[in-house]
Amino acid sequence: MVDAAISIVRRDLLLAWRRRGDVATALLFFIIVASLFPLGIGAEPNLLRAIAPGVIWVAALLSSMLSLSRLFAADHADGTLEQLLLGASPLGVIAAAKAAAHWIVAGLPLAAVAPLIALQYDLPSALYPVLALSLLLGTPVLSMIGAIGAALTLGVRGGGILLSLLVLPLYVPVLILGAGSVDMASAGMGGEGQLLLLAALLVASCAFAPWAIAAALRISME
Amino acid sequence: MNWFWYASPQTFYPLAGRIALGCGIAAALLAAAGLYVGFFVAPTDAQQGEVYRVIYIHVPAAWMSMFIYVVMACWAALGLAFNTRLSGMMATALAPTGALFTFIALWTGSLWGRPTWGTYWVWDARLTSELILLFLYLGFIALQAAIDDPRRADRAGALLAIVGAVNIPIIHYSVVWWNTLHQGASVSMAKAPTVAAQMLTGMLLMALAFWAYSIAVTMVRVRCIIREREA
Repeated sequence: MVDAAISIVRRDLLLAWRRRGDVATALLFFIIVASLFPLGIGAEPNLLRAIAPGVIWVAALLSSMLSLSRLFAADHADGTLEQLLLGASPLGVIAAAKAAAHWIVAGLPLAAVAPLIALQYDLPSALYPVLALSLLLGTPVLSMIGAIGAALTLGVRGGGILLSLLVLPLYVPVLILGAGSVDMASAGMGGEGQLLLLAALLVASCAFAPWAIAAALRISME
Repeated sequence: MNWFWYASPQTFYPLAGRIALGCGIAAALLAAAGLYVGFFVAPTDAQQGEVYRVIYIHVPAAWMSMFIYVVMACWAALGLAFNTRLSGMMATALAPTGALFTFIALWTGSLWGRPTWGTYWVWDARLTSELILLFLYLGFIALQAAIDDPRRADRAGALLAIVGAVNIPIIHYSVVWWNTLHQGASVSMAKAPTVAAQMLTGMLLMALAFWAYSIAVTMVRVRCIIREREA
């Protein structure tokens, strides 16, 4: 069971490595969206400092969502997904492994790049660890919830845009807690409470989302 | 009594017609009584004047918008558990009414907010939660509309409704917390003033009218779906 999960993660990472361009595109999207806001709003440092956590988190949400439609599409097209469904290992474990691989490819780089954008927004450097930690805790939740939407919209007309409609409202708590943790830390009150709540969301989504993803995959493939 | 007797669309179809007729008449009578009490019997509010009378539409619509989502998720869970065709149809039939009431609650709320708060929209916790609820309804409707196979549409929608129902409390409390952090122009309505008896009567009559209306239109809609699919 664990072997199956590990081999799925390894296979997805290898596939992502073979198509590095796709990963780079999502990351570039994150950076470009975050760079557009000062152009639209103006480069007043106090204003930028105030909106930085929210902007970075919204950009992370959108970037993580963009790569979701690719999560199951290729496996669906070449029949791999059918074989996975027929295989002996539980579908929930496979679904969790797919979501984990998506996080490593689409979530982890965001946490690594975010301090760079925070620098552009003139955020105090003491806040970088909080920002990175909130992204580290929050982006796996995005991958887990997003995978449910990706599985439901598999092979559906207008899947990509529909996926955003399904998934974005469910992302709201992660956005509020993620951006809130940085806000609280910058107000000098410490963001621990929000980070702990994010961790709770992470645990809950890891426990429940794989079964929902598995059920969604069965519905889409029958 | 065999509860599964009416689980078949064929046996449910005539029953749905009778329920729709009965509830339709009840809705018309209750709404007439409720609006009469609301507009002519209930006293003018001491602080808000006549503006407050929008609550006879607004509050019952807000109640229904949340309640219908719960009912929808229950039908969805029933459908997934027992694999009954009718459950999915009921969830599909409920969604537009739920979305309509959510929209009415937001619309009347902003009409009330303009003279009372001085603005059509504030990022109040309730307003924001209601807006996200509207997005959840629209996502459900859009997902079902995008899938051609009705069985798959039912099951996919059912899963989405259940995921949404699990998430609604989390979304609501995160929004409430966010609202207390960003204390903006919002007005606290937590301590509602004591309501006059006639006001309460009008509101309850309207709530019952909305209940009856929801059941009636859902039954009409489910009859249409049965005809489309089973013909």
